Amino acid sequence: MYVCLCCLLPAACGPIPNNPYPAGEGGQNILYTAFLDRPRRLDPAQSFTEDEAAFLYQIVEPPLQYHYLKRPYALEPAVASAMPTVRYFAADGSELRNGSDPATVARSEIEISVRPGVRYQPHPAFARDEHGEPRYFSLSKADLANIRSPMDFTHLDSRELVANDFIYEIKRLAHPGVQSPIFDLIAEHLPGLKVLHATLNEEIKKNPGAWLNLDKFALDGVKEVDRYTYRITFTGMYPQFLYWLTMPFFGPIPPEVDRFFSQPGMAARNLTLDRWPMGTGPYMLVENNPNARMVLEKNPNYRPDTYPCEGMPEDAEEGLLADCGKPLPFIDKVVFTREREAIPYWNKFLQGYYDAAGISSDNFDQAVNMGDRGEVTLSDDMAARGIRLMTSVGSSTFYFGFNMRDPLVGGAGADAAGRERARLLRQAISVVLDSEEYISIFLNGRGIPAMQPIPPGVFGAHEGEAGINPVVYEWRDGKPQWRGVSEAKRLLALAGWPNGRDVRTGEPLIVYFDTTDSGMGDKSRVDWLAKQFRALGVQFVVRATDWNRFQDKILQGNAQIFLLGWNADYPDPENLLFLLYGPQGKAGGQGNNSTNYMNAEYDRLFDRMRVMPDGVERQKIIDQMVGILRHDAPWVFWFHPKTYSLQHGWLKNRKPGDIVRNGLKYQRVDVAAREAARERWNQPVRWPMAVVALLLVVLVTPAVLSWRRREKAAACVGPDKASERGGTA
Amino acid sequence: MLAYIVRRLLYAVPILLGVNLFTFMLFFGVNSPDDIARMQLGAKYASPEAIQRWKVERGYDKPMFYNPAQEGAEKLTDTLFVDKSLRMFTFDFGQANDGHDIALEIRGRVGPSFAVALPTFALSLVAAITFAMLLVFFRATVLDFWGVTLCVIMMSISSMFYIIGGQWLVSKAWALAPVSGYAGGVDMGRFLWLPVFIGVVGGLGASARWYRTIFLEEISRDYIRTARAKGLSELAALFRHVLKNAMIPILTGVVVVIPALFTGSLVMESFFAIPGLGSYTIEAIRSQDFGVVRSMVFIGSVLYIISLILTDISYTLVDPRVRLG
Repeated sequence: MYVCLCCLLPAACGPIPNNPYPAGEGGQNILYTAFLDRPRRLDPAQSFTEDEAAFLYQIVEPPLQYHYLKRPYALEPAVASAMPTVRYFAADGSELRNGSDPATVARSEIEISVRPGVRYQPHPAFARDEHGEPRYFSLSKADLANIRSPMDFTHLDSRELVANDFIYEIKRLAHPGVQSPIFDLIAEHLPGLKVLHATLNEEIKKNPGAWLNLDKFALDGVKEVDRYTYRITFTGMYPQFLYWLTMPFFGPIPPEVDRFFSQPGMAARNLTLDRWPMGTGPYMLVENNPNARMVLEKNPNYRPDTYPCEGMPEDAEEGLLADCGKPLPFIDKVVFTREREAIPYWNKFLQGYYDAAGISSDNFDQAVNMGDRGEVTLSDDMAARGIRLMTSVGSSTFYFGFNMRDPLVGGAGADAAGRERARLLRQAISVVLDSEEYISIFLNGRGIPAMQPIPPGVFGAHEGEAGINPVVYEWRDGKPQWRGVSEAKRLLALAGWPNGRDVRTGEPLIVYFDTTDSGMGDKSRVDWLAKQFRALGVQFVVRATDWNRFQDKILQGNAQIFLLGWNADYPDPENLLFLLYGPQGKAGGQGNNSTNYMNAEYDRLFDRMRVMPDGVERQKIIDQMVGILRHDAPWVFWFHPKTYSLQHGWLKNRKPGDIVRNGLKYQRVDVAAREAARERWNQPVRWPMAVVALLLVVLVTPAVLSWRRREKAAACVGPDKASERGGTA
Repeated sequence: MLAYIVRRLLYAVPILLGVNLFTFMLFFGVNSPDDIARMQLGAKYASPEAIQRWKVERGYDKPMFYNPAQEGAEKLTDTLFVDKSLRMFTFDFGQANDGHDIALEIRGRVGPSFAVALPTFALSLVAAITFAMLLVFFRATVLDFWGVTLCVIMMSISSMFYIIGGQWLVSKAWALAPVSGYAGGVDMGRFLWLPVFIGVVGGLGASARWYRTIFLEEISRDYIRTARAKGLSELAALFRHVLKNAMIPILTGVVVVIPALFTGSLVMESFFAIPGLGSYTIEAIRSQDFGVVRSMVFIGSVLYIISLILTDISYTLVDPRVRLG
C-alpha cells in the first residue's frame, strides 16, 4: 500500500518531500526570499515603489549609494569615482563660494565622474556580428519565436559604462512614452527638460512607433564633459539632488539597449526595458515571472567592490564588520518566490525555506514576547531555532491631517479669534488621540509615537526630552508622559467647546473623519477613535468612501480630518517638512500638502532650510519650524512605523534600514548550516500515510463484505425491502 | 443541431456586447480616467499635467461614447468605449496599464490554473459520485446515516479550514509536501497533489449529498424495480441505470463549472502560490486596470456561452428524448 501511495504521491517519498526547491539547488550559494506584491514597473525611469526597489536596486547601479552600515544615512560613491563636485554661480556667471547666500545663487553645477572600466551585464543589445555590426537590431517575428527573455539570445556581450549612458537616462525622464513619475519634479529644477519633452512629443507625432535616438536631442541642463564625466546644471540651488543620484532614475541606460527593446514585436512578447531592466549592478535579472518567481544571478562583469570596514559602534559586536574588505557580492543567486498569503510564507520561513521574513499580526505572538514595558524579545521557540530579531524605525510618518480650508478645524473664513479657537481644538484632538495606546492595540507595539514630522534617524529629529511634543507630552521620570484626557478637555474648553458643546449656543461639537472603507480591520480602529472622542464629549462621524473618492475629497479640500502617511524618498528633513509648505497645497495646487496648511513664517524658514547643509544652523531653523507646527497643530503627529523582521542564524551581514535598498550584495549565507537545519526541521513523518491506507481498508472492507452479503441475499428479499425503505433524501 | 448551434452563437453576439457595455459602465462609474492615471503614476508626485499626459498617451482622454470633435462615423468610433472594449471581439486584448501584454499573461497563467483545477474537478466528480452511490446502496442503514452526517459535517467546515489545516498537518507537521509553490514539468505533481487532495476533500460533502439526493430520486422509480425484477444486481442497476438517468442534473451542474477550470480559484491559488488566473481579475480591479478587467470578463462570458451550448448538446447525448431545434 505504501508503495502504491508513493507511486501516486511521489513527492511524499523523496528525501525531504516538503522542499519547494529543485533538488539540484541543494548546497548552492542561493538566497531564498519572498515577495508579496508583483513588481509593476522595473523601468529605471518609471519604478518608484519599495516592492520594485527590491529587484531594481540590485540591477541598476546609480552614481551614488548610502553607506550600508553608517547611521544616520551617509552618501558615498557607487559607480561614481568620487563624490560629485558642486559649484554655485551668480546671475552674472561668477562662481560663488560654498555657504553663500542661497538668494544669490542663480544656478548650480554638479559634476559627476564615473569609474573607468565598469562593464554592463551580458546583454544581446551589445552583441555584434563578424563585421562589427549590431547582431540583434533588425529582428523579425520569426527571430523572436522562441525568445522569452534577453538571456535566451545565443550571443550576449557587454561594453564599458560611459557618461553618456547617464545622460541618455536623464533624457528618458522627458520621453512622452516613458511617463516618468518624477518628470515634473525634476523639470522644475533642470533647465531644458520640459523643452525636450515637447520636442520629443512632436517627433513621436511625426514618426509614431519609431525608435527615438535621444542622443540626437539636446538637453540644456546636462552636458558630457568627457568619456567618463558629465555635468548637470540646476536653476538655483537643489542640494537634495545628491539623494536622487542614489536612485535608478539617474542610473545608466545604454542607447543600444533602448534601441534593442524598441524593435517591433518585442513589447508583444513582454521584452521591454520595463520587464527586463539591465545595468552594471551586482546582479542581473535572469527570470521574470512576477506572478510566481523572480531570479537574480550574480553579474559576471560586476566592478571590483568590497564589504565596508566602518560602521556604527555596535556593528562590530553584531558581527557586521567580520567581512571587511571581502569582494562583493557574496551570494551567487537570489530566488524571490511570490507568496500571496502570510500563513504559507511564515510556515516556509519556519521550515528554513526562506532565509528571512517579516512578522505579520497573525504570527506576532508566536514570534516575539512583549514585556510589561513594551519591550520586545524573541520567543523561546524562535531563539531555540537560532532565529534573530531585527528591528528598525522606518523613515515614514503617519499623521491625522486637519483640512485648513475647513471652517471648524481649520478656522477658514473666521476672524483671528475664530482661528485661535480652531487651533486650540486641533491641539485638543492632538492630545486626546493617544498614539501609544493605538500602537499597543493595533500595531503590536510596532511603532513609536511621532513627536514631529521627521522620523528618528533623519537629520533634524531629536531624541529624549528635547524631542518630545510639549503639547501632547511632558517629561517625567526620565521619559515622556502623555498629558491625558484632562489636558485635552482643558484645551477643548479654551477652544470654546467645554464638554464638547459650543459655549455660546450649546450645540454639540461634531467632527467628521474622512477615510477609505477598507474592511473589517478598520472597524475596530474607527471604534477606538470614536471612544477617544467620546471621552471629550465630541461626536465623531465617519465618512467612509472608496480610495478614488477619498482622493477627490482631499484634492478638492472637502475632507475634514483624515489619516495619511509619507515614506521619505531620501533621509533629508526637506522631504518631510515640505508636506506642510504652503505652495505645496493640495487643493488647487495639487502638491503634497494635504492639509493645505499655510504659515508665512514656516514657509520662509523652509525656503532657507531647504538649501542649507546639515549643521547647527540648519538644526536651529528646523527646531523653529517644528515649534510652529506643534503650536499650529495642522497634523496630529501619529506614529513612525517600526519594522520587525526575523532572519535565520545562517544569514549574515543583514542590517535593517529602509533607505538602503541595494543591500543584497552585502549579505552572505552559511549554506552548510542552512542545509543541516532544513534536514533537521523537515524530517518527513510517513506513518500517517500508512494510517490513511489502513483506514481506507478498514472502511472499504466492511462495505464490500456487506455488499456481497446483500448481493447474495438479494435473490430472496433484500432489494425489495430496501427499495421500500429507500427513496427519501 | 447545426442550425441550433449557429443560432446560439449568433445570440452570443448581443450578449457579449451587453456584457462589454455593462462592464465598461460599471468600471468607469467607479473609476474615472483621472483616478486610473493617479493610481498608475503613484500618489506622490502625480501632477495634473502628468495625469493629463498619461491619459493622452493611453487614449483615456477620449469621450466615453460620443466624440463631438470628430466628423461622421468617427463621432461614435473615436471614443473610449470603441477603443477599449470593441476590439475584444477580435480577441485583441491589448496591454495592461503597466505595459504587459494581456494575451501573453493569460496564456502563461491559464496552464497553472488548469493544472490544479482539472484534476480537482475530475477527482471530485469521481469521488462524490462514488461516495453518493455507496450511500444510496446502503440507503436507510447505519452506514447511510453516518455517511450523510459526515457529509453535513464536511460541508459545514469552511474551505479555509481545509486549506490552512491541510497545510499545517501535511506540510508542516508531517513534512510530506511543500507548503506552497509551483513548478512545471515533472516537478508539478510535488506541488499539486496537496491542493488537489484538499480541493477534493473540501468539496466532497456538499457534492456527495447533492448526488445522493438525485440518485435516490431515480432509484425509487419503476424502471429500477423492473431492472431488479429482470435479475440485475443492485450494483448493475445503480451504475447502468440510475447513473445514466441521473446524468441530466449532473451535467447541468458540471458543465457550467468548466469556465472556472480556466479562470482558476482565487483562494486555492493564493494559499498555494499557484501562478494562475484566479487572482488576475482581483488584482486588476485593485489596480484599476480596465484592460485586464474587460479581457477577463469577456473571456469568462465566452466560456460560459460555450459551456451552456455544450450542456445543451450533452443533453442530447445522454437522453435521446431531447432534441435541439
